[in-house]
Amino acid sequence: MENNIWIVALSFLFAFVLSIVALPQFIPVDMGYLRPEWVALVLFYWTIALPHRVGIVIAWILGLVIDVLSGSLLGQHSIALMAVAYIGASLYQRLRMFTVWQQSLIVFAAIGLYQLINYWIESIVGSAEWNMWYLMPSMVSAFIWPWVFLVLRYFRRLFGVN
Amino acid sequence: MGLTLLSLLFITFDHLRIFSITDDIRAGLTLLLSPVVYLADYPNRTAEGVRQTFKSRAELQSDITRLEEQLLLLKAKTEKMAALTAENNRLRDLLGSAAKLQDNVLVAELIGVDPDPERHEVIIDKGTSSGVYVGQPLLDAQGLMGQVIEISPYTSRVLLVSDQTHSVPVQVNRSNLRLIARGSGVTRQLELLHVQDTADIRVGDLLVSSGLGDRFPVGYPVGLVNKVEHDPGQPFALVTAIPSARLDRSRHVLLVFADDRLTGAPNGIGSDFEPDYAAGR
Repeated sequence: MENNIWIVALSFLFAFVLSIVALPQFIPVDMGYLRPEWVALVLFYWTIALPHRVGIVIAWILGLVIDVLSGSLLGQHSIALMAVAYIGASLYQRLRMFTVWQQSLIVFAAIGLYQLINYWIESIVGSAEWNMWYLMPSMVSAFIWPWVFLVLRYFRRLFGVN
Repeated sequence: MGLTLLSLLFITFDHLRIFSITDDIRAGLTLLLSPVVYLADYPNRTAEGVRQTFKSRAELQSDITRLEEQLLLLKAKTEKMAALTAENNRLRDLLGSAAKLQDNVLVAELIGVDPDPERHEVIIDKGTSSGVYVGQPLLDAQGLMGQVIEISPYTSRVLLVSDQTHSVPVQVNRSNLRLIARGSGVTRQLELLHVQDTADIRVGDLLVSSGLGDRFPVGYPVGLVNKVEHDPGQPFALVTAIPSARLDRSRHVLLVFADDRLTGAPNGIGSDFEPDYAAGR
């Protein structure tokens, strides 16, 4: 294909693998809270970079995939990811003007909302109890955003994805 | 907007377990995504492989010696076990009870762990194509690990006994006291519910599955009591146990097939006998 759109698919596949890969056994289980929300980050990047290709519908499908991979309620992550995609898609013109660290702040808010929606749904269903660790992934994700951004931009330019 | 509504509908269906549409979607996607799960397991598998490859000759030899000794020991035990099983089954037949000691098992391998620390779930590499079913118990070499909650043709998802939403009926091996062991959300801990202050239970007691509830087979080790606290202000004693199974370590696990599922009544009398016995003959 001319527009190399498969790079987008590949990056999502990579994000899925990163988000379910098991930690080595010597790492304590609680370190799992430090895992960034890879799929949400990659989705956020593509909604900014290619708003005409990646948007709410893709987010919905990706959400279903996460639900299946993580065994959560079908549709839960869809709603949360759609919120992330919505933020990206509606602010992309402004976000492109920001420096990466400014973008990080928006990422923090977006992933925070993502976590919150997940937590809401889980608490309505009754399978979650509030715990401060829930905020951790959004901080880690915001912190790691500049690198995600740079790596994905490098590949986007290298393959001329549009 | 429409998609949000659709998601909400899915969530409702999935949570209330009405309409099988969400189950169908989930089953289809799970099958489609099993390569991703295998891919995610690849680093761990490779690390294991590399470790095996670079073991020294001396290490391997000592391993072989150790394993041979173990094998001899186990063989001796099995010989005795066979005689005892036969005798036990004979006696049970005489009593008209259907419970048999021998269970059929299938070896499976762990290929994934749920990344969410709040959920104690793992994925194994056997599915419906190997005859796995929802609710099937899972063991490791040390004890009961959990039960299958989701199946697809080549993988299945297992809920571990330490998950907060999991409970298993147990009995104290020493006193036959029946209790319920609930997961605590901490890997190395189970909580025992509603233990009377006067109950005969102490630190060091072995808990085995009681078989009540028709889900887990009888007599597999579940945990070891490690704390018994009597607080006068509380209606029940606070008792916790350490799971026997190495929940966060075992990679090779056993799926147990309930007798009647796979084998029917191998000795002719087992499950045929039970119904009219149960019907209050």
